[in-house]
Amino acid sequence: MSAEARSLVTPELESRRGLWLRERLSEPVSASAIRRWAIACYWPDPAPRLYWDEEYAARTRHGGIVAPLEFNAFTWPVERDAADSGLETDALPGLRSMAGGTRDLYGVPMRPGDVIRERARLADWDQRETRLGPTLFIRSETEWTNQREELVRTRFITSIRY
Amino acid sequence: MSQEEAMGGERAGVSLYFEDVAVGDELPVWRRETGLLNWNRFAAVNDEFFEVHMDDAAARAAENPQGAFGMGMMRFSYLHNLLRSWAGEEADIREVGCRYRAVNQRGDVLGVTGRVTGTRIEGGDQLVDIALDILNQDGESTTPGHAVVALPSRARSDAPQP
Repeated sequence: MSAEARSLVTPELESRRGLWLRERLSEPVSASAIRRWAIACYWPDPAPRLYWDEEYAARTRHGGIVAPLEFNAFTWPVERDAADSGLETDALPGLRSMAGGTRDLYGVPMRPGDVIRERARLADWDQRETRLGPTLFIRSETEWTNQREELVRTRFITSIRY
Repeated sequence: MSQEEAMGGERAGVSLYFEDVAVGDELPVWRRETGLLNWNRFAAVNDEFFEVHMDDAAARAAENPQGAFGMGMMRFSYLHNLLRSWAGEEADIREVGCRYRAVNQRGDVLGVTGRVTGTRIEGGDQLVDIALDILNQDGESTTPGHAVVALPSRARSDAPQP
């Protein structure tokens, strides 16, 4: 492959660098969604009581049910946002996508009734030559805060486009 | 007599203290056989429906000859499961990150592993650095990663709980 491999970066992608592109509010987090998340993650083992037994959870230092830290508060929207599949998707027509990696920094846990505010941006990217050919590694940053404006988590996702 | 006194001065619910952790410690491996029964449950709670995770023909067209394969985010949850089962509910997971290096094939028996790489006290927190990975049944690394976990200190077990 020549050193002058074609750039996959489009002007549309370039114009989005660093801008907070998506802001949205979750539905209130439900105890039922927390329970089902925990069951799915631990299946076929039973889910830990902290995630579904209010009486037990009240006696822990959490003082009540909390969600597993990696819980997704933005599932099953009535109207699906195109950006759900990636802030870069429509800026990179024709490219395939693969999950590269995930990194979370955690603040306070989510609890039933919490409403999460999300904002997300494309942080940066670089292009490398891989066995897939010219390949873009795109890093996005998603920040979640709750209704008390406490930081819940910051997630960095690396998405691979080729 | 308080619950704490009944336990000889140790805090109720604490399964691991900072003082009991040393660099080089291996976390007990968290194992799971994976296939459509795990993947479909996770797809439902994470609202994550892609044909490559559901349909063999679609996955083969995406160059995975073995057929449908698992989602990276489920393995991200499994990394948390390892940390939660090791550190207990009194620990605070502060950071988890990973790369999706190899695909999770149907029937894989995944072993989620962790090794303590550092211990430090920072801003009054007792922090443990952990190297993570998820190995398949052939011992192949699929999900190298890292975590930072804050643990309670035995020296501070008489301090008021948050």
